[in-house]
Amino acid sequence: MKKKVIHILIFAVLCVPAAIICYPVLFAISGVFMSQYELKQYLEPVLGGADGMARWSMIPQIPTLEPLVKLLIDSPQFFVMFWNSVKLTVGILAGQVLVGVPAAWGLARFSFPGQRFFYTLYLILMLMPFQVLMLPEYIVLDRLKLLDTHAGIILPAVFSTFPVFIMYRFFHGIPEAVLEAARIDGAGNFQVFVWIGIPLGSAGIASAVILGFLEYWNMIEQPMTYLKTKSLWPLSLYLPEIGLEEAATGFTAAVMMLIPALLVFLGGQEYLEQGIAAAAVKE
Amino acid sequence: MKRKKRSGWAGILFLLPSLAGVSIFVLVPFLDVIRRSFTAAVTGAWVGLANYRTVFANTAFRLAASNTVRFTLACLPLLIVISLALAVLLQSLTFGKNLMKSVYLMPMAVPAASVVLVWKVLFHSRGLLNGLLQKLGFEGIGWMSTDYAFVVLVISYLWKNLGYDMILWMAGLAGIPVEIYEAARVDGAGEWSCFLRITLPNLKSSLYTITVLSFLNSFKAFREAWLVAGDYPHQSMYLLQHLYSNWFRDMSFDKISAAAVVTALIVFVLIMLLQKAWDGAE
Repeated sequence: MKKKVIHILIFAVLCVPAAIICYPVLFAISGVFMSQYELKQYLEPVLGGADGMARWSMIPQIPTLEPLVKLLIDSPQFFVMFWNSVKLTVGILAGQVLVGVPAAWGLARFSFPGQRFFYTLYLILMLMPFQVLMLPEYIVLDRLKLLDTHAGIILPAVFSTFPVFIMYRFFHGIPEAVLEAARIDGAGNFQVFVWIGIPLGSAGIASAVILGFLEYWNMIEQPMTYLKTKSLWPLSLYLPEIGLEEAATGFTAAVMMLIPALLVFLGGQEYLEQGIAAAAVKE
Repeated sequence: MKRKKRSGWAGILFLLPSLAGVSIFVLVPFLDVIRRSFTAAVTGAWVGLANYRTVFANTAFRLAASNTVRFTLACLPLLIVISLALAVLLQSLTFGKNLMKSVYLMPMAVPAASVVLVWKVLFHSRGLLNGLLQKLGFEGIGWMSTDYAFVVLVISYLWKNLGYDMILWMAGLAGIPVEIYEAARVDGAGEWSCFLRITLPNLKSSLYTITVLSFLNSFKAFREAWLVAGDYPHQSMYLLQHLYSNWFRDMSFDKISAAAVVTALIVFVLIMLLQKAWDGAE
């Protein structure tokens, strides 16, 4: 009985920060169902039009889907940006899987001269912040005439070493005996990789893809640095351009961008946690 | 790494496509950047350490570097301690564990751009936070126009990273054998002494990993800062990331080269420390 009370207390304590953490997201979502008129009433002081302080209501007075309909029907640029985000994210993730899965397999399951060196090199590159890689990438993209193109954003990201590292951890955990059994049956290196490695390491691939999706859907630094043409921009650059004067459009577009990320998060949370933990646990 | 592995060159074939791309997009151009850091931007003439001297003497660089260090020193201990407390509490829950985990992790999925407007409404001088302060009888605070801008940055970073670090800690906690706790309890140890004598010492190797990963994630706090305050925010939140992207826009490649090399060196040293911690714990 006493134990149960303690658990309820712990749960209650954890609820306080949890509520604060949820607040900004619920805030944005509640804004979707408000008309520009209602938003203006709340936000007038922030916009400079009235005295006093801004207010907010988590429950719209007169719920409406008007801004949503307007965004979906009247703003072709929103679709262009949304599509750009999809194109960049899917392109990067597909490339990362294609190149990264074999690389992780090679590093995890073979020993060859320099293998330890390459592992360390990949680890170091994975941890380098964008600010270090900004100029090197720019130099190459300039040479290859890829500046201001989607390919120029996708290609460098495909060769990010982060997914390789995550998948390495999962491939590393497969018992050698399983692979040995297949080899005795006459399977070659490539067959072992495709028929045993990939299925047994699929959790690692899923982890890398989900972590990658959340990262690249939210990508800001690279497109900001390399894309000059606005029609090529992803949503992450377009949204900040919408000021509070068009709050209705702003909140609606923000939540439209949030939905795919939340769906991926909820659908893949298990793999997401495994992927995060993969970096924490020592070999 | 005691596991017997297949030796042979086939491994290199698997690695090759990735390695080729990494060389083309990162390694070779980075060597070029190292070369550029010793030459003049326009003429390409050898100038020795002049670019490094220019960078270190630059007032904007000094401001940005000291802000970045200050930000890191303020954030890391806060984040690491709070997320550990959350992880320990959450670990002991018997119900609602998954729900709580989802809630704390959620900000990781929220694109920074999706909450810009919310941040603007919350932290405006006539915004919701000041409204709340006023109701409680306090003065309003110029969140974005005074040194409090730094606090906004710290809050954004904590909001985004608490769940991530919590999961890292929980992975560490899960690695501690239950038997140790059981044995200690049989000997009459309380919860608190279990935590001090068993939990903390066993989390030592996790601490290194978490510190380095959190440090590297702190570079991404730039997103929130840039979205809320633009290219030239209040000087208390002007970070190295702002400076680099502003130099980049001005095409000051000599300065960025030198600055990138310095940053890479600092990060490299930190990673070596992490690697040592990992190897030491093995």
